[in-house]
Amino acid sequence: MSFDIAVILAKGPQILAGLGVTILIWVVGTFCAVVLGFFVATARRFGGPVVNLVLVVPVEVLRSTPFLVQIFLLYFGGPYIGLRLDPITAGLLGLSIYGAAYYSEIFRAGYLSVPPGHVEAAECVGFSRLQTILFILLPEMALLVLPPSMNMAIILLKDTALLSLITVPEMTMTVSAIGSQQYAFVESIVVLALVYWALVEAANWLGRITERRIAKLSVT
Amino acid sequence: MTWHLFQLLLQASLMTIFVSVLSIFAGLALAVVLSALRMSGNRWMAGGAVLFISFFRGVPLLVQLLLIFNLLPVIGITLPSLATAIIGLSLSTAAYQAENLRGGFEGVPIGLIESAEMAGFSRMQTFVYIRTPIALRMTFPALVNEAILILKASSLVSVVGMVELTKMAQNLAASTYQPLPIFASAGLIYLVINLIVAFAARRAEDALPGLPAK
Repeated sequence: MSFDIAVILAKGPQILAGLGVTILIWVVGTFCAVVLGFFVATARRFGGPVVNLVLVVPVEVLRSTPFLVQIFLLYFGGPYIGLRLDPITAGLLGLSIYGAAYYSEIFRAGYLSVPPGHVEAAECVGFSRLQTILFILLPEMALLVLPPSMNMAIILLKDTALLSLITVPEMTMTVSAIGSQQYAFVESIVVLALVYWALVEAANWLGRITERRIAKLSVT
Repeated sequence: MTWHLFQLLLQASLMTIFVSVLSIFAGLALAVVLSALRMSGNRWMAGGAVLFISFFRGVPLLVQLLLIFNLLPVIGITLPSLATAIIGLSLSTAAYQAENLRGGFEGVPIGLIESAEMAGFSRMQTFVYIRTPIALRMTFPALVNEAILILKASSLVSVVGMVELTKMAQNLAASTYQPLPIFASAGLIYLVINLIVAFAARRAEDALPGLPAK
C-alpha cells in the first residue's frame, strides 16, 4: 500500500469548498443556536411554571437523543409532514435546534448564578425587565457562561461532520468522495482528521484568549 | 408502525447498550492509564498522552471511526465490525474521560497522598490504592455524563458496518417508507435508556461512600 497524500492535496480547491461549507454551517448554526437557546432560557426564567414545563420537555428530549437520529427524522421524515428541505437547510436547522437545547441549559445556569438581590435592586431603581437582562444579568453571567459556550461551539463544529450522512456537501462528505474517486481512502481520512484537529485546536486557542480578555473586564 | 417493527428496534437497542457499556469501561481503564502517563513525570510519556487526548478530542468521532475502519486493514489487521466499533468508541471516550479524571486527580487531598508516602507506599501503590479510587469517586458524575454521551455517540458506529439501533431504524425506514414513526421510535428508545441511566446513577451516587474531607 502506498501512502500518497499528494493525490488528495491535488484536490485542494474542492477540499477548501467543503471546508467553506463546514465553517459556514458551523458559524451560522452556532449563532442561531446561541440566540434560540438564550430565548428559551429567558422564557424559562421569566415565563412562569407553565412556560417552563412546556420548554423543559423538548430541551430534555433533544439532549437525550442522538443528533444523528434528530437529523434523520428531520431530513427523511420531514417530507411526510410537508417539510421538504434541501440538505444544507435541514442541516442548518437541525444543528441550530440541537445546539439551542444545550445553550439554553448553559444560559439557565448563568441566570441561576446571578444573586437574586441584584435583580431586585435593578427592579427597585426602575429598570425594565429588558434593561435588567441586558445591563445586569447578561454582564454578570458572561464570565460563567463563556467557557461552556466555547466548549459547546467546538462540539457543534465536530457534529457538522454528521451532516455528511444527510448529503450536506461539507468537508467530510467532500473529502470522502475524493478518497473513493481516487482510491485513496486512508489518505483522504488522514487529511480530514488533521484539518478538523487543527480547526478545533484553533477554536480552543481563540476561546482561551477570549476568556482572558473577558476576565480582565470582570470587577468581582 | 407496527409492534413488530418496534420489537426489531428494541432488539437492536440491546446492541447499542452492549457496545456502549463495553466502550465506557474499556475507555475508563484506558483513561486511568493515560492519567498515569500524564502524571508520570516522564516528558515523552506525558507528551504522548497529551497528544492522544488532544487528537481524540479534536477530531469528530465519525472521522475517527472512518479512519480506524480504513486504516486497520491497510496495516494488516482485519477485525469484525463489532471490535472496530468498540475500539473506536473506547479510544474516543478514553480521551474525554482522561480529561475528566484530571480534575479528580487534582482534587485528591495532598494530606492523603503524604500519609500514604509516610506509611511506606511506593508511588505506584499510592496511585493505585489512594489517588485512583478517590479520583474515580470524585468524577463519578462526569462518568455518568460521559456514559450518556457514548450511548448517543454509538449511533455513529453504523459507518463501520454495525447494526445497532440507529442503523436498524435507517434500514426499516428505507424498507417501509415510514421514516417519521421509525426514527421517532428510535429517539424514544434512546430517551428511555438515558433516563434509566440518569436515574440509576443518582441512586448509585447515594449508595457510594462519601468523599474525603479536604
